[in-house]
Amino acid sequence: MSSQDFRTPLKRVRGLGSAKSGTQHFIVQRVTAVALVPLSLWAIFLALALVHADYAQARAMLHHHFAAVWLSAFVIAMFWHAQLGLQVVIEDYVHTPWLEVVSQLAVKFFCIAGAITSVFAIVRVALA
Amino acid sequence: MAEFTLPKNSKVQKGKKYPAKAGAKNVRTFRVYRWNEDDGQNPHIDEYEVDMDSCGPMVLDALIKIKNEIDSTLTFRRSCREGICGSCAMNIDGSNTLACTKACDEIKGDVKIYPLPHMPVVKDLVPDLTNFYAQYAAVKPWLRTQTPPPPDRERLQSKEDRAKLDGLYECILCASCSTACPSYWWNGDKYLGPAALLQAYRFIADSRDEETGARLDELEDPFKLYRCHTIMNCTNTCPKGLNPAKAIGEIKKLMVERKGV
Repeated sequence: MSSQDFRTPLKRVRGLGSAKSGTQHFIVQRVTAVALVPLSLWAIFLALALVHADYAQARAMLHHHFAAVWLSAFVIAMFWHAQLGLQVVIEDYVHTPWLEVVSQLAVKFFCIAGAITSVFAIVRVALA
Repeated sequence: MAEFTLPKNSKVQKGKKYPAKAGAKNVRTFRVYRWNEDDGQNPHIDEYEVDMDSCGPMVLDALIKIKNEIDSTLTFRRSCREGICGSCAMNIDGSNTLACTKACDEIKGDVKIYPLPHMPVVKDLVPDLTNFYAQYAAVKPWLRTQTPPPPDRERLQSKEDRAKLDGLYECILCASCSTACPSYWWNGDKYLGPAALLQAYRFIADSRDEETGARLDELEDPFKLYRCHTIMNCTNTCPKGLNPAKAIGEIKKLMVERKGV
């Protein structure tokens, strides 16, 4: 604390006031978590089934539209949940302003790009 | 960026040793954190050997004995010595608690005593709690109403509604919970912390308070409230056996309730 700083403790604590947000983040993080319970179990099951399969068999499996839809849902929920979680981790630990902005943007871009690319790949295989 | 090591001038060093008087049979070693802004030295751990045969049972008894008989420069806060004022909160044997209600017998080996973690230290075991008290003030810990009280009596509350304040009103603001919370360590400037949030909920839960919505508005913030990650250190460490984590959970439930999933 600098000796020239005459701000009161209450002024410091109140800061910029309440953002009136955070509840939506809290809800979506939990909704995606709940969705990921069955979706990831199913994704693990699918991955295990693909262990000794060749491309033709894998394609046949994804031709089943149910499988393609579920896999897309898994990928979207996973990247969404990851983005929300990583956002909180960065808010918690990264306190250098420029680094925080850069990492938040990097996480958002990576997760959105990952989700779009994965869904595109699934659709391509499913419709091939 | 997060700092993983202490700055050079904060590294804790070995301090002085004060051996027990010859003839003492029941000797216990107290390893106490010492720091004094005026002497320009690094913080250090002094070792005091205390004859427990002539000492009271609590850690505070030992600290007072040390100050009276061994080293009068040892500095700590204390007042009521019966767990109701919250002055003597410190980190004893690795967890935050009140020195006056923590028995030396409960601790195995040497008794290690540090100030409350991650607070600026004023001297020795005295932390600067200015920010903590300001956070308490920021939740406006008083009844906020528009309706004037009845002219002939106090504001009434049913027995059931009064029971909802049990487990909330007993908080003595010792700061053990907030200073045990990692989220508070890393973001204590913006996160209100378990103690202030427990008090915020104490008034949200009060049937006589008419500003519930405004209180929720003031708390709805990614940092003020949602920095709580349910780590539960607050509840584990509370020397009064309260559950701040549950109170914070109740606030979050109300946030979701008024918004809808």
